[in-house]
Amino acid sequence: MADRKTLQAEKISGHSGASPGFGVQRDFEVCKLVDTTTCIGCKACEVACVEWNDMPFSATMFDNTYQTMPETRWNFWNLIKFNEHPNPDGTIQWLMRKDQCMHCADPGCLAACPADGAIVKYTNGIVDFNQENCIGCEFCVSGCPFNIPRFNPGTKKVYKCTLCSDRVGQGLEPACIKACPTGCLKFGSKDDMKFIANERARQLKENFGMENAGVYDPQSIGGTHVIYVLHDATDPERYGGLPKNPTIPWSYTIWKWLFKPVLGTFALFGGLGVLLHYIAVGPRRPQPEPQEKETVHGNGD
Amino acid sequence: MATAIDRFDEKARRTFDSIGRTEVHRGELLRHPVYTRLLHWAVALFFFLALFTGFGIYLPWLFRWFTPFFGGGPLSRILHPYFGVGFVFFFFLQMLNWLAPMLWSPGDTKWIGNIRRVVSGEETLDPPETGFFNAGQKAMFWEIVAGCIVYLITGIILWMGARTFGAIAVAISYVLHDISAIIMLGGIFIHIYLSTIGEPGTFQAMTRGAVSEAWAWTFHPAWYKKVTGRDPREAYEKARQQQSGAPPKSS
Ligand code: HEM
Ligand code: SF4
Ligand code: SF4
Ligand code: SF4
Repeated sequence: MADRKTLQAEKISGHSGASPGFGVQRDFEVCKLVDTTTCIGCKACEVACVEWNDMPFSATMFDNTYQTMPETRWNFWNLIKFNEHPNPDGTIQWLMRKDQCMHCADPGCLAACPADGAIVKYTNGIVDFNQENCIGCEFCVSGCPFNIPRFNPGTKKVYKCTLCSDRVGQGLEPACIKACPTGCLKFGSKDDMKFIANERARQLKENFGMENAGVYDPQSIGGTHVIYVLHDATDPERYGGLPKNPTIPWSYTIWKWLFKPVLGTFALFGGLGVLLHYIAVGPRRPQPEPQEKETVHGNGD
Repeated sequence: MATAIDRFDEKARRTFDSIGRTEVHRGELLRHPVYTRLLHWAVALFFFLALFTGFGIYLPWLFRWFTPFFGGGPLSRILHPYFGVGFVFFFFLQMLNWLAPMLWSPGDTKWIGNIRRVVSGEETLDPPETGFFNAGQKAMFWEIVAGCIVYLITGIILWMGARTFGAIAVAISYVLHDISAIIMLGGIFIHIYLSTIGEPGTFQAMTRGAVSEAWAWTFHPAWYKKVTGRDPREAYEKARQQQSGAPPKSS
């Protein structure tokens, strides 16, 4: 890749070590790894996301949890969800999960979107919204299995986490990764992240007695480019909004790619049909028809 | 209930007739009063506005060239539901206005059974039971009534979106909304054809409001009989004899 190195950061002033994720966006599918077992809920990633994406201030809402607000917003793409899960033995498990776009290999938002070029999936796995082409119909919201895209009533467009495509494109790691103090967020190639995640899950099983520990990378949508290490991968729902087998509604798959064009063509044939009727059978006129017609044969009337 | 509707329609018809005008010449019959005509064209206008803004959302890779006429994709998307509501509103008034003549009658079932001969052009005169509207027109009318109900329910769900009604409701509504639109569009193609070049003499029913007597005894003989008191077959035969007896016009 020598020919592409021109503008890639190799060393960065005041930056801790080599830039993590350096160069991976060109050759690999990228991936963000979120290890829920080492997240301390400090919300540094929330701040970093708001900062880097230059979001305007928005008032938060207190709902008796540690969560910054109940759900992500069009100007708040990264939310640590705090869930209190009651265990069968009466204890409570306090779960923190970084909620943001999963950058699905088979993105439901993209399947549902009718607008040309409003949603792009890059070869490196990033799914990005191009607001310039978005028509604000919000079909993406109903196509997304993770309830991620958010509508901005002011601009009538939809927004979500970009996986910091602007940073990744320049050889930098996403802002949230850079801010994380515990190393619970990692960024790199999908293969590397999967390897690290599986190692961590093995460690949790063997050393911490978490026999259900595992990796969340749902295959029902071809995997995601944000993967989680979970204390209990058999029940991802307990982390709030992580479906076990996320799927795209069939109406966005079969209907859109098969029936839509087919039925559209049928409607066109309706128009063609009446034209053919006019040519082949001709109009029905009030009777009796004007007599002059009968004396004319062949050419014209 | 029915009488309240009647009184409302009666009043509306009288009000509009006092503003507008319908000229009925000799040899013609009044077909549609001013109120009906205005409603019809309001329905047609909003239908096409909703249709063209909807196209851009339905299949952008084919129809995105429609959207600039409405100020671009986002504006099309914003306007579409308002056009749709306008369409449903005016069609609702039209439905009240036309409820009585659109009720199904036994003759209509016979008319449908005869449809092949009508389409192939073998049937020059409609069967004698055909009243103010024929079975095809009634079928289209009721299809639009059903379509409006589907549009309204699914349209509101799509309008408010997944945030209000949930992802599954939106995904289902989207399919039903499209199917309803396609069926209606197919019907409208046939409707426009028949009311213009397909059955000449029909278009003026919705513009000037009057049709020729010949049109009436040909396409709606039972209605002809009701308004003139004359027998449609006899009138037709008489006109035919007159025509063959008279010297050809030099036009
Ligand atoms: C350029 C388009 C259109 C033309 C030229 C047209 C013309 C006409 C005419 C001449 C009639 C009177 C038929 C009669 O008296 O027997 C009629 C009736 C009617 N029109 Fe239209 N129309 C158009 C569009 C529409 C649209 C878009 C709708 C609704 C979506 C509609 C709904 C109806 C209905 C329900 C009737 C009564 C039943 C029938 O005649 O089929 N029309 N139209
Ligand atoms: S999580 Fe939702 S918004 Fe993100 S890529 Fe997947 S379907 Fe699209
Ligand atoms: S709102 Fe979502 S589905 Fe609609 S055009 Fe924008 S990105 Fe596409
Ligand atoms: S990847 Fe970028 S946009 Fe996405 S949550 Fe992290 S900081 Fe925000």
